[in-house]
Amino acid sequence: MKILIIGGGMGGTILANNLARRLSTELRSGKARITMLSASDRHLYQPGLLYLAIGRSTPDALYRDQASLLEQGIEFHVDPVETFQLDNNKVLTKGGKTYDYDVLVIATGSRMVPEEVKGLAENAEFFYTEETALKMMRRLQEFQGGNVVVTVGVPHKCPMAPLEITFMLHDYFKERGIADKVKLHYTYPIGRVHSLENVAKWAAPEFDRLGIKYETFFNIKEVDGAKKVLRSEEGSEVPFDLLVAVPAHRGMEVIEKNKLGQNGWIPTNKTKLNMEGRSNVYVIGDTTNIPISKAGSTAHFEAETLGENIAAMVKMGITTPMRDYDGKVFCFIEAGLDRATYAMFNYQNPPDPKAPTRAMHWFKAAYNKLYWASARGLL
Amino acid sequence: MAEKKIIDGRGSFCPGPLMELIGVLKMSQVGDELEVLSNDKGSAKDIPEWAHKVGHEHVSTTEEAGVWHITVRKSK
Repeated sequence: MKILIIGGGMGGTILANNLARRLSTELRSGKARITMLSASDRHLYQPGLLYLAIGRSTPDALYRDQASLLEQGIEFHVDPVETFQLDNNKVLTKGGKTYDYDVLVIATGSRMVPEEVKGLAENAEFFYTEETALKMMRRLQEFQGGNVVVTVGVPHKCPMAPLEITFMLHDYFKERGIADKVKLHYTYPIGRVHSLENVAKWAAPEFDRLGIKYETFFNIKEVDGAKKVLRSEEGSEVPFDLLVAVPAHRGMEVIEKNKLGQNGWIPTNKTKLNMEGRSNVYVIGDTTNIPISKAGSTAHFEAETLGENIAAMVKMGITTPMRDYDGKVFCFIEAGLDRATYAMFNYQNPPDPKAPTRAMHWFKAAYNKLYWASARGLL
Repeated sequence: MAEKKIIDGRGSFCPGPLMELIGVLKMSQVGDELEVLSNDKGSAKDIPEWAHKVGHEHVSTTEEAGVWHITVRKSK
């Protein structure tokens, strides 16, 4: 069985390694073959960009050579897909190659699209790429005081990022000794400070305690760079001296160009993880349209479920997925520079975050290093 | 021509039915109707409230067997 995985991010990498271990015998005998196609020879630990933006990490700490993370037996090529021919069970790549498959897994991730909002790209700071995180870091170093506004677009990956960056900015300015010169203002699109109700119930009093102003029902309409004003669809205007945005996202362009899903979100069964209407195409990670967090842990747990299911197909000839993905997500929430909590939930059980602790912050700090074991499918 | 779309937000805690609606509305045309399914009773309050603030039309809300069906029409 030819298993083709498109995307070398968290989901694709964990899945490939998971399968390579489960199918080591079949790989050796030639009964199974695992191929991964990626646009990059490097693997980026995306949660680390948050720390890079506030000067707590360096770029080199965020990358590993992709090939070095993969189990033996996985054929890896840096050759991004340009065309999906799902009716013919094949893909065509930028390098001019054709790969056919028995099972296809699309794990291409998502990208921020600040250019979709008038004035946002040129007037805000971001932390979703190395380039923008470094730019934000330099801007923060130069910043001497004023209104700092955090604003959030929909949808976006890393649902905790808006809260994390706000809490971390609070501590950052306090450490620099300019907290009394900074007014932090947090905005959020719905009627509470976070989409998760229990997280919002914890976060709002924290904002109050730290003197962080917040405004809910705030959907970004445009940024007036000349007047340094952020405007919302609801008619609100917020002046800023420094604007930090979690912008709206889309799936990758190749998904849109191949008409696999509007805005790059592929219609996906939320428990079986197959592309709607396709029994041999699976989708994991950000690029699904499943109403679930676009988060690394989502991709991780989806990959584990899918790995088990595909391995069962190879070993036992089962044609439909044996195990359902139950919606499991686990997200750390940094509540400053030295304390954190977490939210764990699935389709049946909402999260119930506890008060932040130093111990949880250090656990997150440890996980920033242990992530590479997760990517290898070990943790 | 106006489309009718269904957003199945049952079991969706994060980002949740309202955030899902906001995301799908962005991909929709004026006149499209979006029906959100949610097993969180808070959605029955949150979604019409948000629609009113932003200027979309709240068409209807019904509840059946613990699932709320909230329909919004994109107005702008």
